Amino acid sequence: MHSYDTIYGINGPVVTINGRTQLSMMEMVYVGNKKLVGEVIGLDDEKTTIQVYEETTSLKPGEPVYPTGAPMSLTLGPGIIRNIFDGIQRPLSAMEKASGAFIDKGTSVTPIDFEKEWDVEIDVKIGDELCGGDIYAHCEETPVITHKMMVPPYLSGTVTKCMTDGKYKAGDCIVEITDKKGNVHQLTLCQKWPIRTPRPTKNRLGANRPLITGQRIIDTLFPIAKGGAAAIPGGFGTGKTMTQHQLAKWCDADIIIYVGCGERGNEMTQALVEFGEIIDPKTGKPLTDRTILIANTSNMPVAAREASIYTGITLAEYYRDMGYHTALMADSTSRWAEALREISGRLEEMPADEGFPAYLPSRLSEFYERAGYTENLNGTEGSITLIGAVSPQGSDFSEPVTQNTKRFTRCFWALDKALAYSRHYPAINWNDSYSEYLSDLKDWYDENVATDFLKLREEFCSILLEENSLLEIANLVGTDVLPDEQKLTMEIARVIRVGFLQQNAFHKEDTFVPLEKQYKMMQVILHLYHKAQSIIARQVPISKILSTGIFDKLVKIKYDVPNAQLNLLDGYIKEIDEKLNLFLV
Amino acid sequence: MQIKRIGLSSINGSLVVIDDVENPQYEELVLLELENGEQRTGRIVKIDGKRVVVQVFEGTRGISMHNVTTVQTGRPMEMPLSDEILGRVFDGLGRPKDGLGEIYPKVKRDINGSPINPVSRIYPRNYINTGISSIDALTTLIRGQKLPIFSGSGMKHNELAVQIVRQASIADDNDFAIVFAAMGVKNDVAEYFRKSFEEADVSDRVVMFLNLSNDPIIERIMTPRCALTAAEYLAYDLGKHILVILTDMTSYAEALREFSSSKGEIPGRKGYPGYLYSDFASLYERAGIIKDSPGSVTQIPILTMPNDDITHPIPDLTGYITEGQIVLDRNLDYKGYYPPVGILASLSRLMKDGIGEGYTRDDHSALSNQLFATYAKVQEAKSLASVIGEDELSENDKLLIKFGKKFESEFINQGFDENRTINRTLDLGWELLSMLPRKELDRVDDAILDKHYKITSEE
Repeated sequence: MHSYDTIYGINGPVVTINGRTQLSMMEMVYVGNKKLVGEVIGLDDEKTTIQVYEETTSLKPGEPVYPTGAPMSLTLGPGIIRNIFDGIQRPLSAMEKASGAFIDKGTSVTPIDFEKEWDVEIDVKIGDELCGGDIYAHCEETPVITHKMMVPPYLSGTVTKCMTDGKYKAGDCIVEITDKKGNVHQLTLCQKWPIRTPRPTKNRLGANRPLITGQRIIDTLFPIAKGGAAAIPGGFGTGKTMTQHQLAKWCDADIIIYVGCGERGNEMTQALVEFGEIIDPKTGKPLTDRTILIANTSNMPVAAREASIYTGITLAEYYRDMGYHTALMADSTSRWAEALREISGRLEEMPADEGFPAYLPSRLSEFYERAGYTENLNGTEGSITLIGAVSPQGSDFSEPVTQNTKRFTRCFWALDKALAYSRHYPAINWNDSYSEYLSDLKDWYDENVATDFLKLREEFCSILLEENSLLEIANLVGTDVLPDEQKLTMEIARVIRVGFLQQNAFHKEDTFVPLEKQYKMMQVILHLYHKAQSIIARQVPISKILSTGIFDKLVKIKYDVPNAQLNLLDGYIKEIDEKLNLFLV
Repeated sequence: MQIKRIGLSSINGSLVVIDDVENPQYEELVLLELENGEQRTGRIVKIDGKRVVVQVFEGTRGISMHNVTTVQTGRPMEMPLSDEILGRVFDGLGRPKDGLGEIYPKVKRDINGSPINPVSRIYPRNYINTGISSIDALTTLIRGQKLPIFSGSGMKHNELAVQIVRQASIADDNDFAIVFAAMGVKNDVAEYFRKSFEEADVSDRVVMFLNLSNDPIIERIMTPRCALTAAEYLAYDLGKHILVILTDMTSYAEALREFSSSKGEIPGRKGYPGYLYSDFASLYERAGIIKDSPGSVTQIPILTMPNDDITHPIPDLTGYITEGQIVLDRNLDYKGYYPPVGILASLSRLMKDGIGEGYTRDDHSALSNQLFATYAKVQEAKSLASVIGEDELSENDKLLIKFGKKFESEFINQGFDENRTINRTLDLGWELLSMLPRKELDRVDDAILDKHYKITSEE
């Protein structure tokens, strides 16, 4: 009989085994009689340390630890999309069937459904040479996503056996390849991949295509590239989750992976319900057909929360390898960092900044560097865009997680409490936020929107900047004493803030706005600005211009002009001219 | 067979170390008997082979290295439950305290509970009519929500909680019950709640868990867990709508800090343990509605912000977990307004899906948006007025200030006994907004304005 190593010490999610063991670092193990899932995180002569992904209540010393011989891995195959997983890829709906409404310890379910049959078409024939990443079969996973079966990255050889097209289950062998050494490898519909190892690619390409989100402040002011990384920091109640949900619903990625990492249970339920109801405008199918949810709510075990981020990114890489553009929303990376801190504390490691372990920055950079626009092993192109929410303690952006995230992301959408209090959503502060992708994306905007798009954007930014400094004066002496030109700047800035930057996620027309409308709205607003400037130069008082009501009309463009009738916007330019030309007479 | 073991290896704060323990379980309940017959309870919090660390709930006063006998119970801490718990009073560890005898348990539940599977949750949508304008209109409470009250010492959070309970229970049907957990609150406060429940004639529907300020501190860590276990039983097994009041979460967090430091753990911010977030979450996330059960658990935790500082770790981490917050405002309290709800900092995250047609009224969302936006402008006008004087303000700003004063004294301010219907609250909101010129109301559709905007005689 095989003898297993046995538990010696237990402290929260950290379990130790005394003495030398045959286990290897990062190996997945089953702990105790209930077979709780765990992972080896420390090895030395005296003891082996394991972090357990489930509650350890009632665990006893002396219970066995079963090795698996492999690192913590995901099962990658058809059936992942539309599913909702916990942090270690256990499908929650299967768990509900197994253990009811409350999650029990040691519930064992398969990551994907091995009973379901898929209509598989084989793309290779006997004699074909295959390398890692090559596609040997495909099937329709959902009406909008074709799942491509790829040779695992480090495998290559000649096809020696090949089934015909037909119905197969995820575990069925459909192709056999023989490598140079004569070893035969059976390829099924799925493969395994360790979550902490990035999947290899051929080349990194430049990030020069934007991820269109339909959110004006993001697309126009602080755009993100496909393959880029962005951080959304904000205190509680500033709308991080709301912004993430909006991006998940409307951004133009092929596949969305939403990781609820240490967040609220009700919010995940809401995402589940909403994504099922919303029809994707591009495909005409429900959003869930291209969405994967990973839910590790705040009360689920903390070690699984740490793993959930890696689970998410590995799934993203798998679909990227098929040639899809994926976007991963992680809500929130601070909870993940706190999980690191909690486990580090249990291991009695020396803490650095605010109790976080010293390796926090390297873990963050490892994660964000897995984003990118790449040429895959099989020659296709794909991308992973990472959007991580950060929940700074006490809304203080100088804390370690925000600061380190800032170093590794090139987009920073700072959410602002004051804006949220006055219900200005999205509460992205235009003075603190930035995007480093602008110059990379310039060519794309020139070609696909308009050559003066970035010029208009710059003008918007300078008006907002000027308003900011004018506000300081106005707060001391009131707006009445300002000269008319400056009052005009403030009025236009108000139109930009309320009419352009503010966006109503619950309004049918306003929740998603195509780039063309964003561009035309900018044109109209700036047209009014220039026209009014020339009139004020002729000593016409600004109160007269304001009394035409044209400013208030522009504020409501976002509601009044449907996305399908953008020609209406030309009417606004005409109306501005008609109303303001009266002053020129 | 029970093994009794005499003596301890070391004592440190509320923790004792015992050696040569056979077959210990993590989080197992341990009974300690002193020489004088006194019984205490503890829980295994760390195991190293046969050496275990036990946390003694009642504290280690009077325990010496050899005057104590320990007995392992072989199970984690469980709470005996049946429908008889309604109307009863328990101590912080869930033992009857009212002299009415033990509970005959129908079931026993591990007080740590298990996380609810997000797939099994039902997204909360039904609003609870509290009869308080500032809450109903602006931070609507939804059944299954966790909505804390952020208060400060000396403010009227207890009164507010009582008023919510009383008025919500009137509107509700018979399947309504209250679980009340006091953690480190003064005797008077507990007495106030008890009396108020009696006056509101709901005493037989209340389960009380009392760990008062002079009760053992470590016991406090168990109190909300016992209370929530009882709440989950009443809600999901018996199908009742449960309102849980947890007061005061600040004392709870301090108990946790004390426990953590005596265990020698590495402290996080302000000395609180690094796992404070996860620990809070294990309590707050036990609110909600699940499939296959008509019941619900709604939580109103109360916490006093140390020094009124909302960035302090306790309110900060709470705000990240709960679905919004009701923040009480010191200035409104000074002015004598009750309830002093500072509406700009307050928020209800579940509100957007629980209001409007079919729930409250179709104009609700527009009205609340406009009130928030206008009240934010009032604050700007006020800060300007404090610099240049009220007389120098523009006409518009003067009007805003007038609106602000009236809004605070008529809308937010409300009697302790006043129960406003939702229609009355919303109409009052429109009345006040009608003081302002119509073009100022830029968050509202014209159609809704046509219906509700009235020109007052002053215009």
